[in-house]
Amino acid sequence: MISRIATILAVSLGLQFSTGIAHAMKIQSVTSPGGIKAWLVEEHALPLLTMQYGFMGGSSQDPASKPGVANFITAMLDEGAGDIQSADFQEQMETLAAKMRHEAGRDSLTGTFQTLTANREKAGDLLALALSKPRFDADAMDRVRGQILANISFASKEPDKVAEESWFETAFPNHPYGRPVDGTLASVGAMASADLRAYRDRVFGRDNLKVAVVGDIDAATLGAFLDKVFGGLPARAELLPVPQIEPQGGPSVHTVEMDIPQSVAHFGHIGMARKDPDFIAAYILNYIIGGGGFASRLMDEVREKRGLAYSVYSYILPLQRSSVYLGGVATKTDAMAKSLEVIRSQLEQVSKDGPRAEELADAKTYLTGSYALNFTSSGAISGQLLGLQMQDLPIDYVDTRNAKVDSVTLDDIKRVARKLLQPGKLIVTVVGKGGDKTPQN
Amino acid sequence: MAPASVRDLGAEWPAKRDPMRRTGSLPLFSSIVIMTLQAAFPNLSIAAAPRAVEYKLDNGMQVVVIPDHRAPVVQHMVWYKVGSSDEPRGTSGIAHFLEHLMFKGTDKIGPGQFSKIIARNGGQDNAFTSNDSTAYHQAMAKDRLPLIMEMEADRMANLKLLEKDVENERNVILEERRSRVENDPGSQLDEQMRATLYQNHPYGIPVIGWFHEMAKLSRDDAFAFYHRYYAPNNAILVVAGDVEPEDVLRLAKETYGKIAANPATLRAPRPSEPPAVAPKRVNMVDERAGQATLVRHYIGPAYPKAAPREAEALDLMMKVLGGGSTSRLYKSLVVDQKIASSAEAGYSGEALDTGRIAFYGVAADGVKLADLEAAMDKVIGEMVTNGVTPRELESARNQFIASYVYESDGIGALARRYGWGLVNGQTIADVEDWPNRLKQVTADDIKMVAAKYLNIKGSVTGWLEPAAPAAVKTAKKS
Repeated sequence: MISRIATILAVSLGLQFSTGIAHAMKIQSVTSPGGIKAWLVEEHALPLLTMQYGFMGGSSQDPASKPGVANFITAMLDEGAGDIQSADFQEQMETLAAKMRHEAGRDSLTGTFQTLTANREKAGDLLALALSKPRFDADAMDRVRGQILANISFASKEPDKVAEESWFETAFPNHPYGRPVDGTLASVGAMASADLRAYRDRVFGRDNLKVAVVGDIDAATLGAFLDKVFGGLPARAELLPVPQIEPQGGPSVHTVEMDIPQSVAHFGHIGMARKDPDFIAAYILNYIIGGGGFASRLMDEVREKRGLAYSVYSYILPLQRSSVYLGGVATKTDAMAKSLEVIRSQLEQVSKDGPRAEELADAKTYLTGSYALNFTSSGAISGQLLGLQMQDLPIDYVDTRNAKVDSVTLDDIKRVARKLLQPGKLIVTVVGKGGDKTPQN
Repeated sequence: MAPASVRDLGAEWPAKRDPMRRTGSLPLFSSIVIMTLQAAFPNLSIAAAPRAVEYKLDNGMQVVVIPDHRAPVVQHMVWYKVGSSDEPRGTSGIAHFLEHLMFKGTDKIGPGQFSKIIARNGGQDNAFTSNDSTAYHQAMAKDRLPLIMEMEADRMANLKLLEKDVENERNVILEERRSRVENDPGSQLDEQMRATLYQNHPYGIPVIGWFHEMAKLSRDDAFAFYHRYYAPNNAILVVAGDVEPEDVLRLAKETYGKIAANPATLRAPRPSEPPAVAPKRVNMVDERAGQATLVRHYIGPAYPKAAPREAEALDLMMKVLGGGSTSRLYKSLVVDQKIASSAEAGYSGEALDTGRIAFYGVAADGVKLADLEAAMDKVIGEMVTNGVTPRELESARNQFIASYVYESDGIGALARRYGWGLVNGQTIADVEDWPNRLKQVTADDIKMVAAKYLNIKGSVTGWLEPAAPAAVKTAKKS
């Protein structure tokens, strides 16, 4: 099921902690008797197991005329499988105190599965059924359809979501990355179980699967478990080709009218591919510009020095077939032009002069020192291990990564700043009252 | 929260979107998360919940250490027993504003340097404010613990504020309010409902403050609040992670232990609610509402002040009523009657004075909120009349247990579990014995709390309905 509890019920703190790289965290590469590969970290201190897995493709594998298929499937996998109907399936999961949750992104459809050791085999049976024999019953489809339509309808009024969606639509016209991951009111309204089945048959292939496991299980037991859970999937996926693309048409400014007191802008241009040898330098650079919270220049200039915004940030998003450098800011309507001007001028300055030596040094100590904080809970560790596999990074990456960060020189980062930052090519989407004279292209 | 695109990153380089730091947490329901953690089978809870060790410094500061040696990192938190409900009238938002200003510096730490020093040491820091408490926290490698304790102790006593920094930060909190409230009709409804439900208690005032009062908050207001409430005898230190309790105690004595207690720091009891006479309603129409939404809040007991087993019974009852897709509410409104696209409910008692029981439903297309409300009231009424079945009770208990074990897997969650309990007046024993108390709840207990707390006179019902843009424009002119 999909819930939309966010704004009204669950106003949570929005802060996450992670714990750290375990004292001697050993990542094993496991291949099941049936040939399914996984990365495993054994952790027997708690009687539980966390498994994260993903199929490459995500919403970019949605047929062009049917955006939202991948997302729809994620909400249907716990709505009945095999001979077990929706309510019964959910009740069995609950009785076992097991959890399964699926999520679709632009490049992947991922799942998280958690079980207590005592219930592992029974819960694994249910997961296997969910992945290989989901029912997609009409009644459950209609219920989930109603939830997704409600979510789309809520999202269409949320300034930040609208700004982001609009950015991707603008930057990637006629490309899967430009289409909404959740789909549209029309496409979701018309979604049929055959659409979901077709996607599942094409994408849920064993050769398209990455698995990361953390918890109370050894390699041999995991091998058998992997075969049980994933063995029923087709051997091969048949993915649609997704063309390589760069963000199109910058510089440009697009305004979406909305009657709100605070405007929200997203800005960005081409980024840096994950495979590019300069990616780590670019990542450090982003930390210095807008990725490092209060240690970043944008936060310093826009928030700390001028009080223009509560939130301003940037990040590099390396997609499988593109890469973007993106940022966002939210500020009262008449301060938006000023905020964007401050941001542009920072990008220009860093592009021209690069960061200062002490900024690079500070970034390195943060990035290397805090890396352990990404490896705290089972969920955090398995998330990291899945992500590494999805980016095609090697299994020893965790051990070599800090040295890679440390080896970046000031010259490297200046060169990468000139290459990466193109403030003259920014695509900007602004959501709010167009009262200020935001230029229109 | 994070849009789908961020998920595409996979693990390495988690793209931090919105730093969301120094947030004004809007409380009560932040703690539904916390409460979910706190139930377990006794045998599992022993494995899952490290026993905390407790000390008291000579100046009255409480120290709690929760050793967990799986990773070489620590979670450090300082909780102050003061929140937005302790603000002098007319200065709403000062508790949260001060929380922001605490990052501005001291004689030793230059303006704006606090978070930068933490970052340079590979740490992550943040803070939050609720109705009843304010907390500052950092996660970092364990060998940096002495540094962070020195810095946190320093700003407990030696805050320095430049007028210019105060000016800027006031604009920041106003932008924060615009982001969280003015730009979000759901959040506005919540604010209006609280203000209506609480007729005398300051829980009716938003944690972040009313805009017009925030705009006038001054450096003097901040210092007055700081000097009254920020003192070791009004604070709790919680450290979880790869540490030995005696080492933490020694460091605490060397840092926090040097600060003098402030005998004047005790907070005054808040005005309490009069008996509830009539149900309250808030009807909002907003073109940005998305889909018609129904919310109902009842005033429930706060965990530390509830009668024995009452709060535990409410947790279990609300899980049966509205916790997930097997709950009564979901089955009835979403699956069977198909009049809601989603429906859920929960109880949150992590507060000092009163807790909150909340119901939430999104109307299915074309369904009137009045019909949805009638159907919801029927499900609630049935609980009051008949209570729960033994099977429902057992299942609800098991769900809490699983969550408890899962959440014991991270030191951040552990530190918060103890912090929330202690700052609201519970003892470590109360916190750790909670799973056992859950086990003692009977079906009769649940019938009793249903009848006592699901009383419509002590409730507020909120409607949020979308309107055509044209209609809204006309309304605005009038």
